[in-house]
Amino acid sequence: MTQPAISLRGLTRRFGDLAAVDGLTFDVVPGELFGLVGPDGAGKTTTLRMLAGVLRPTGGDALVGGVSVARDPEGVKHRIAYMSQRFGLYTDLTVRENIDFYADLYQVPDAERPARLERLYRFSNLGSFEHRLAGQLSGGMKQKLGLCCALVHHPEILLLDEPTFGVDPISRRDLWLILHEMVAQGVTVFVSTSYLDEAERCDHVALLNRGKVIALDRPAALQDGLQGEMLAVRASDGRRALALLRSLPGVRRAALFGDTIHVTLGARERDWPGVRDALERAGVGLEATHQIEPGLEDVFMERVEP
Amino acid sequence: MKLPTLSPRRLLAIGRKEALQLRRDPRSLVMAFAYPALMIVFFGYVITFDIRDINLAVLDQDRTPRSRELVEAFQAAGYFRVTERLSRYQDLQPLLDRGAVRLALVIPPGFQRDLAAGRPAAVQALVDGADANTAAIALNYAGAIVTAYSARVALRAAQQRAPVVPQSRVWYNETLESSNMIVPGLVAVIMMVIAAMLSALTVAREWERGTMEQLAATPVHRVEVILGKLLPYLGIGLVDVVAAVLVGQLLFQVPFRGSPVLLIGLATLFLIGALGLGIFISAAVKSQLLATQTSLLATYLPSLLLSGLIFDLASMPLVLRLISHLVPARYFIVVLRGIFLKGVGVGVLWTQGLAMIAFAVVGLTLAVRSFRKEIA
Repeated sequence: MTQPAISLRGLTRRFGDLAAVDGLTFDVVPGELFGLVGPDGAGKTTTLRMLAGVLRPTGGDALVGGVSVARDPEGVKHRIAYMSQRFGLYTDLTVRENIDFYADLYQVPDAERPARLERLYRFSNLGSFEHRLAGQLSGGMKQKLGLCCALVHHPEILLLDEPTFGVDPISRRDLWLILHEMVAQGVTVFVSTSYLDEAERCDHVALLNRGKVIALDRPAALQDGLQGEMLAVRASDGRRALALLRSLPGVRRAALFGDTIHVTLGARERDWPGVRDALERAGVGLEATHQIEPGLEDVFMERVEP
Repeated sequence: MKLPTLSPRRLLAIGRKEALQLRRDPRSLVMAFAYPALMIVFFGYVITFDIRDINLAVLDQDRTPRSRELVEAFQAAGYFRVTERLSRYQDLQPLLDRGAVRLALVIPPGFQRDLAAGRPAAVQALVDGADANTAAIALNYAGAIVTAYSARVALRAAQQRAPVVPQSRVWYNETLESSNMIVPGLVAVIMMVIAAMLSALTVAREWERGTMEQLAATPVHRVEVILGKLLPYLGIGLVDVVAAVLVGQLLFQVPFRGSPVLLIGLATLFLIGALGLGIFISAAVKSQLLATQTSLLATYLPSLLLSGLIFDLASMPLVLRLISHLVPARYFIVVLRGIFLKGVGVGVLWTQGLAMIAFAVVGLTLAVRSFRKEIA
């Protein structure tokens, strides 16, 4: 059996009384795309900072590329590339100057640089902006530049903290294509996100809430594990309908997603007629109803509010 | 402790990056070059102990050849300018009140008669003591002129030559220009303040802008970060030193008699210490504003007040005298005056040289120790 690329063993970080990350234990297989998924404040950034060796755990440990982040954080830094959530490059340096700077820090040999640079410019399309100051790039291009600097050496493991945060949809898609390409080349990619649709692109996901892992599996397996059948319901008065649904027998769960309520029933044939009648009696008009496959959001809602 | 294996490439990369950022930051450039120039010109002209052309009011109630002789002696000395000649005593006070004159010379009636009779003749000097420093100097001048005059009178009466004539000669600062004393010392204050304030920005800026987290996740060693960041500022500091020497020579005619090489060597050590101190403060407080203010406070006042630049250390209370031994500028000022005015070398300045080495080592150690590649 191969050694895991990343192995968390009770990894914990407390800030005073608050456990921002509370005893995380799981493994990441080499060469996979692993998603750490959770809402803001779940502990994603704290976890990634500890894995990158820039934040000391207060308990437990993690082996990154076989090196302990608690005992040898500097050793970890030779094996990884890390991209912080906040743009961490120099806005007063040009695209090229930033890349050269990181190439120097990782001591990339001069002979290899032209080929690397060409490859980075090819996937990022930043070649024509080579002499532009990083501060004058768009949000999506900034993130691509961040990836370029992270990938200027050949890291075994790529740690990315919400790389698509605040990025337009087209750039988001481009960034994910790059990540998939990295995985295809054998890099282990560990990415955090609060977008659940992105998590569904990962090989494995860990759902994180309040510093704890509440689910860990392949996205599809997590979705399959949901009990019952799910209906998407649009009602005339969403909030009242939601409150009513939650009080009805036969409804296992109801959660609001935008203007649609996801209602989980034990069995549609058996439970739905009674529920529908109850709503109509209460004067809630139903505009549309159809059966859906549950997504990770539903998994998350189920685990968070059991 | 295992010595780190440092990479010159990474160190230079940090230095180059820092230099690029400096070049694109007008605020830092102004602080690096315009501010020191302004300070040296400003302080060089403002801080002066040379008092000339003191306005003098004369109330000659005797109106005799002898009394006019005394007034002429005051005029001839070069320190006083007779701006008012009065005839009534009560006109004196308004002039002193308004500050129109600093000193008033009153020659009472019977001055010549008393002299002729060989009796002591009194004259009165009224001085505006609001500025005690100037007043004391003015009184000294006046006393000296009167003493010289009375010696002349006595000798003339006895038809003798003076028994002892002092032949004084001033060394090092022959013309007793206070700018010769101030300008070299100012270089120390300026270097200290500028170096500490410039470098105080560097680490805090990276924390504030979020670039430190990214840098901390690379294999760069903290010694490489500190030394790399130091390099461009050291360059600026040395350019400032050379510029200050030139301004001192061209604008204030301050002589430069010693070894430029020795000056550059000791200035480098001094700058390393000051830069290290700035980086230490920067890394400790992690905020540009707080770091700048702390650096200013920690360097400016001690360097100006407790360094012997303006105020004589020997006449200070014991506590301040002891503290002054911890002010690096104190030693560098001795170096600067020694090299500028006396042209002395290592043989004389070796204790100060050791102090510079100690300062550089302490500054660097503080900087490296305070810098962590870690968040919170």
